[in-house]
Amino acid sequence: MTSREQLLATTFVDLADTLVADFDVIDFLHLLATRSVELLDADAAGIMLADDAGLHVMASSTEEARLLELYELQNDEGPCLDCYRTGRPVVRTDARTMRTKWPVFTQRLRELGFRSAHALPMRLRGDTIGALNLFRSAPGHLSESALAIGQAMADVATVGLLQERAIAASERLAIQLQDALTSRVQLEQAKGVLAQRTGLPMDQAFQLMRDYARGRGKRLGDVAAHIIAGSVDSDLLRDAPRPKPPRTRPNER
Amino acid sequence: MRSRRVAEILSEVDGGPDLLMRLSTECLAALSVTGVGVALMTADGPSGVVVAATDDRARQLEELQFALGEGPCVEASASGRPVLQPDLQVAGPARWPRFGAAVLDAGVQAIFAFPLRVGAIRVGVLDCYRDVPGRLVPADLAEALAYARAVTEAVLYLQSHDGLIAPIDSRAEVHQATGMIAIQLNVGLADALLRLRAHAYSSDRTVASVAADVVGRRLSFDDGAMEP
Repeated sequence: MTSREQLLATTFVDLADTLVADFDVIDFLHLLATRSVELLDADAAGIMLADDAGLHVMASSTEEARLLELYELQNDEGPCLDCYRTGRPVVRTDARTMRTKWPVFTQRLRELGFRSAHALPMRLRGDTIGALNLFRSAPGHLSESALAIGQAMADVATVGLLQERAIAASERLAIQLQDALTSRVQLEQAKGVLAQRTGLPMDQAFQLMRDYARGRGKRLGDVAAHIIAGSVDSDLLRDAPRPKPPRTRPNER
Repeated sequence: MRSRRVAEILSEVDGGPDLLMRLSTECLAALSVTGVGVALMTADGPSGVVVAATDDRARQLEELQFALGEGPCVEASASGRPVLQPDLQVAGPARWPRFGAAVLDAGVQAIFAFPLRVGAIRVGVLDCYRDVPGRLVPADLAEALAYARAVTEAVLYLQSHDGLIAPIDSRAEVHQATGMIAIQLNVGLADALLRLRAHAYSSDRTVASVAADVVGRRLSFDDGAMEP
């Protein structure tokens, strides 16, 4: 294998490997950007990803690439945006067409020393999550094979990112559920502790706890934890109303 | 990632109410078992929240494990591995002294528990039981594992749509009673829960019904009657 083939093979493995404990999306996209430059006969690369609020510049191989992507967002024109909107590759090297389609972007591109721009979609089936921008200082477009390899890299990275996102979302929900279960247990236990200490019915014990938390600007969960630990008793009990005598005498056990 | 079979199972039930109950019913139909139950678990063990049961015995199985703090679902959740016990008569009482005896009395002969986990996070357990002894055949085992993954996804889906609030609410009295008993006996909350569970077990009642008596002040764990 040539060293380029070796790098290509390593890159595909690296881009597929998102399921690691310390996964960092910025590091990952930075890897995609720098390897794109090394492998694809491009001089700079940048990556934008979309969220609910729109596209964001996530990573770039050089400061120039980062600036170009920011210009695209600022002026709402450029290959990355077209690519994201259509979900299709954008390959434009003809100077006149570029100037017509993206006047500001094309000017900035030239000022920063580039002559052509490409954008490859980061897409899985119908879902486009962003785009990979490739900039060249020489005129003319990337070869068919370079574009195919670039698209394959973008595809693998997209699968990896979506997989990582799905797992992260699942973990968030699982942790939420754990928290809901444990915080609920604490809250109810605290009600029970207070009801027993004061002789109040459960709903009034809860009211007492809530008023206490509100009056002191504390979180209900924290107050519950303190009640369970026995550390806010005196204050709370001083606030407590006297229970009404029960209607019937409780049964002997 | 979700396998094809898991996707198939989930597409058959297609969201909506009683999602976990319908998944359990489908699971029961797909396997040669007598009943299926699903309980939520925490890192400390059973939460007491049973989110689905295809029959009374399946519910009782979950209740018993909550009451006793031991059993296959407790083990499966803690270890993250399925616990397969094809013949409780032979191995049950030795492995789980109290749970083993209690379930045999209830007519359960074999039990298979599958952990519902997201990474290292314990979410719950899927329990399948049988009223005759016998192993799960490999095809059934594969199917049960697919159902466990489908149920895990369904639990997370419900969590993201506020669908677990009502089942978690349903256990409120148990925890309230635990707090009351802790003060009555001047013991910690974990001990108080053990005393509540022991009382339920020895009086052959559910933890929930004993808890209701404690909260309703019809039952007190301290010596005399309660002070008014």
